[in-house]
Amino acid sequence: MPRDFLAGARDQYDVVVIGSGLGGMTAANILGRLGYRVLLLEQHYKLGGLATWFRRPGGNIFDISLHGFPYGMVKSCRRYWNEEIANGIVPLRTIRYDNPMFSLTTRFDRDDFTRLLTTRFGQPPEKVQEFFEFIRKMNFYDDQTMTVKELFDRFFPGREDIIRLLMEPITYANGSTLEDPAVAYGIVFSNFMAKGVYTYRGGTDDLIQRMKEELLKNGVDVRVRCPVERIHIVRRKVAGVTVHGRYLAARAVVSNANLLATILRFAGPEHFDKDFIEEVKAVRLNNSSTQVYIALKQGDLLDESIGDLLFSSTAPYFRTEALLSRNITSRTFSFYYPSLRPHAPPRCYVVSSTNARYEDWANLSEEEYRKSKQELINSTLDALEKYVPDIRQRVAHVEAATPRTFERYTGHLAGASFGTKFEGLRVSRALPHQVEGLFHAGSVGIIMSGWLGAMNYGVIVANEVDNYLACPSLTVRKG
Amino acid sequence: MTPAEIRSLIVEILANIVPDVDLSQLRDDVPFREQLPLDSMDFLDIVMELRKRFRIQIPEDDYGMLASMASAIEYLSPRLVREKA
Ligand SMILES: Cc1cc2nc3c(=O)[nH]c(=O)nc-3n(C[C@H](O)[C@H](O)[C@H](O)COP(=O)(O)OP(=O)(O)OC[C@H]3O[C@@H](n4cnc5c(N)ncnc54)[C@H](O)[C@@H]3O)c2cc1C
Repeated sequence: MPRDFLAGARDQYDVVVIGSGLGGMTAANILGRLGYRVLLLEQHYKLGGLATWFRRPGGNIFDISLHGFPYGMVKSCRRYWNEEIANGIVPLRTIRYDNPMFSLTTRFDRDDFTRLLTTRFGQPPEKVQEFFEFIRKMNFYDDQTMTVKELFDRFFPGREDIIRLLMEPITYANGSTLEDPAVAYGIVFSNFMAKGVYTYRGGTDDLIQRMKEELLKNGVDVRVRCPVERIHIVRRKVAGVTVHGRYLAARAVVSNANLLATILRFAGPEHFDKDFIEEVKAVRLNNSSTQVYIALKQGDLLDESIGDLLFSSTAPYFRTEALLSRNITSRTFSFYYPSLRPHAPPRCYVVSSTNARYEDWANLSEEEYRKSKQELINSTLDALEKYVPDIRQRVAHVEAATPRTFERYTGHLAGASFGTKFEGLRVSRALPHQVEGLFHAGSVGIIMSGWLGAMNYGVIVANEVDNYLACPSLTVRKG
Repeated sequence: MTPAEIRSLIVEILANIVPDVDLSQLRDDVPFREQLPLDSMDFLDIVMELRKRFRIQIPEDDYGMLASMASAIEYLSPRLVREKA
């Protein structure tokens, strides 16, 4: 008999959270802490969503999305999780760029960027300050007509090298392009510039384990291997969900799954206004990724001066379009040193990431797919050779992930790595006005994605859910 | 609750949110965000804390009323009448 992953579950909850990405877990934790009966359902066999890791024989462990996040994580972890988690957050000190336009090392914060922009890139200090102040004051509800390109043209016209310095890391971090709204770029970039780039000591596995313990402590009923099949809606009001064929009643449902899948697949378009569904269908997904995971042999320790993050490119100019191409010229290398997991045997890892298009990988035959993955691995090792000589002799384990991999593990449409483009935010926010008690908290609109963005969006939505549950009549349907 | 009680309650909530800041010089007529290092998440925490303590409803459209001490007291006074702290 198959195991019952819902054994002991109640028949009804105040809140059902669909998906245990950082947004879903954070919303579940806050609502559990407030005393609501919360059920967290995750389709995968472990929690974390894209904040994940995997193990391979020989004690190797790879992190998927632990390349760096802004300092704001410290505050969010302290408030919405606990002190121990917040204390695990440590700075990355060495961020490098290496491309045909420039090679440099930076702490990736405002002071250091001011130094670089005024000395190396010859910009007047007032101009640089004006730029930083301009983007720091941006709000997500601001005017969205200005594009990133217009922003750069305004402050640094004709300076492709400066655009590359300011933009390349953010394009990697969330898939944004020069055509996206400047506010989306400005908010994310300012978050990093405030204090630089941070990581979590202990690794993703330690973080998620601690979060799980905190969820349980706060009374959240946590279930893995539980894919929600359906969100039930009766007369424009949420009633419950179906999982493993079992109906569970809920006063509110928070979906951390992909926005489009939530509305079109789990809920069904018939429960929404027609023009809302048109708006939903026009929401563009963000791009996907490829990654190559490389473990060096135990005891082969890289010198930390290689850096923590390296934005490497052989492309003469920075073009967001080129970053998506399967003809890869640009990669982000993350170097992991034994200090990341102080209790594990001393090992170094390198993870290479690129942005990628789902279409380029989706329709390959199994044979072509295997070959393409091998090519990806080979070209990555070739590129890494420049920074880690004799890399091929030093590798203990190597493998690749593609947009298909990301799709399989998270159920995200087209393996989207960073949710939806900017217009998704509006749709996500409008959900409870369409269907009472239905909320979405997951990567949308560039700003609400990434570890910090997803987590904070979970907080914003938990606040709305609490407001709704405390007094449903006040959350009236608009329109 | 009296305006003075509401004021000290808000100061108490703020003290948890920005523990390193001296709140004794806080000016009631100036928006919080112009005198304190508060971001929009901090602001949300104030709303959540008020709701937790008093089960008081603050619709999103009214968040602007909490921008300064003076407007927050004015907004909250009639709403916290029969609540117990
Ligand atoms: C390769 C890569 C590298 C990245 N690097 C970084 C980085 O260095 N720093 C950073 O800040 N961010 C990074 N990100 C982005 C970051 O990981 C994500 O933005 C963030 O983790 C998303 O969180 P989320 O809450 O939106 O949910 P997700 O992590 O997307 O999780 C959604 C969850 O919902 C579950 N689910 C879906 N459907 C169902 C269903 N029907 N029933 C039950 N469960 C369901 C999924 O299984 C999943 O667990 C990276 C992303 C990728 C892909």
